[in-house]
Amino acid sequence: MAAADAARPGAAPGAGQPHTQRMNPATAARDIAGITGRNLRRLVRTPQLLVFTAVQPAMMLLLFRYALGGAIRIPGMKYVDFVVPAIFLEAVLVGFMATSIGLAQDIGGGIVDRFRSLPMARSAVLAGRTLADLCRSIFSLALMVGLGVLVGFRFHANWLSALAGLGIALVFGYAFCWIYATLGLLTRDPETAQVAGILPFFILVFASTAFVPVQTMPGWLQWFARNQPVSHTIDLMRALFHGGPVVHSLWLTLLWSLGIFLAFFLASIRLYRHLSA
Amino acid sequence: MPAPMIETRGVTKCFKGKRALTDIDLSIGQGRVLALLGPNGAGKTTLVKVLTTLLRPDEGSATVAGCDVATEAVRLRSHIGLAGQYAAVDELLTGRENLELVGLLYHLGRAERRRRAQEVLERFALTDAADHQVRTYSGGMRRRLDVGACLVARPPVLFLDEPTTGLDPRTRNHLWQFVRDLVAEGTTVLLTTQHMEEAEALAHHIAVLNEGRVIAQGTADELKSQVGGDVLEARVVDRGDLERARAILDEVGAGPAQVAAEERRVSVPTGGGTKALIAAGQHLSQGRIDLQDLGLRRPSLDDVFLTFTGGAPDEPPDAAPSSDGETPGPDRPPSGGPGGPGGRGPGGPGAGNPGPGGPGAEGGS
Repeated sequence: MAAADAARPGAAPGAGQPHTQRMNPATAARDIAGITGRNLRRLVRTPQLLVFTAVQPAMMLLLFRYALGGAIRIPGMKYVDFVVPAIFLEAVLVGFMATSIGLAQDIGGGIVDRFRSLPMARSAVLAGRTLADLCRSIFSLALMVGLGVLVGFRFHANWLSALAGLGIALVFGYAFCWIYATLGLLTRDPETAQVAGILPFFILVFASTAFVPVQTMPGWLQWFARNQPVSHTIDLMRALFHGGPVVHSLWLTLLWSLGIFLAFFLASIRLYRHLSA
Repeated sequence: MPAPMIETRGVTKCFKGKRALTDIDLSIGQGRVLALLGPNGAGKTTLVKVLTTLLRPDEGSATVAGCDVATEAVRLRSHIGLAGQYAAVDELLTGRENLELVGLLYHLGRAERRRRAQEVLERFALTDAADHQVRTYSGGMRRRLDVGACLVARPPVLFLDEPTTGLDPRTRNHLWQFVRDLVAEGTTVLLTTQHMEEAEALAHHIAVLNEGRVIAQGTADELKSQVGGDVLEARVVDRGDLERARAILDEVGAGPAQVAAEERRVSVPTGGGTKALIAAGQHLSQGRIDLQDLGLRRPSLDDVFLTFTGGAPDEPPDAAPSSDGETPGPDRPPSGGPGGPGGRGPGGPGAGNPGPGGPGAEGGS
């Protein structure tokens, strides 16, 4: 109605309208909520996908706990307490891999073109996608906490600290998911996006402090493993779960998260703007 | 004369140095239908993307509903609806959810978008399937939902990119009727099509696109009169006679003769009326060519295309226009399809084209 009325053929071109119109934040928030809701509905309606997202970290957990873990000695800590925080972060990151696949699917299917032709906030497609995937990661994380406790993992610090540790996994994961968003926008193809997404994941998760003590690695790899963001995050989570120095790794984790978020958020916005070109 | 609802002036768009659109000048008034007619790769979708703000033109300017595509994109988007080439609906949502989501993104209130979604569902005969997930829909239902989605906010300008591709004739006719109804209510429509019949049936104004340029535009009748006269068409019994028949008609006609080998048919434009028909008959029988059919018909838009490009619409641009230039490839969809010279079948003279103005132009509005 409003649209029809305002659109008389001879309507004067918006007097004094700024070149790039900004949407008011309340409207933008409603758009984001709308797209998030759409993606959550999709999530709930493909429960098999939701389950399989959790299967991979669950398998890793069982493998490391029972098959490989026996051979790995961690000074001053049971291996299960050492490895499960890494599995938590892994579950979160695997959950966010869906960001690249989902975005690529939406672009390929043409629905993003429809969204871009609507008077909605331009940020809503990306924000709605990543927020829905955040919910998916929370779900996987909750499952892993349950499974972890079942196989003998315990939080040795207080519950507040434990929650903070889980929250850190989500903060870093959400920043990391913008890497996946960028990949999805770059590849525009679900399969390519998936394959491309595995690469940063594997490098950062395996060449890290996640599964084995870094002391066993060659010097150059040790340096990389100690100084990369996934390691900082896992170190921080361990400290929050079991006690230990927090401040240093907290700063590093937050800085890395912020840096990754800013760089890839801006990159994806840029790619999104030029999607049709 | 009211201001045009869609207007482009010198719109040019390049992709990596290659020109996708060159100097497009078009204009259509409120409550009218503009058809962009052309083969794949002609630039139809690119132009739709420019007009719906998905792409920025490199040169030139365009307005839709009085809004400039470059500087008033946000305002413009609230005045348009776009149904792209692929049914852009969410498979996992129900039909109703899809429509309500679009309503939400047009910033309609909750009650409003529920009501509008219901209206669209009723209008497009989707009420029974309204609460089923779209993945259970047939192709026709999906396309109806897709077109319906751009009506939720009742925008005054609609862009339909190949809206009937892949639809069976019955569903296609339904969709045409929806478009006519909307236009009767005052909606302005820009549609793209590869089918001559569709443009004739729906559009007040047709722009023929080829390689990013408007090579001809006007009403269906104006385009046809530019071709001049009628088309002389012969259908031979023996495929081996095609080449000789072509040579004969080449002599008789006013332009190069075209062969459609699949249908064993040769056609040529002519200004000579029945005299040319009789002459062709004489020459063909002197040449001992057995005919299944010989006749005169009003030019179709395919002929228009041939006249302006020297080639059939679906050919690669560099293919030679002569000899077997119009041989339909195995995967060439429009052969035998609507509006193509072959589409009229053996009916020959005017069988599918009763009135001088073509079947759809008047009947449609």
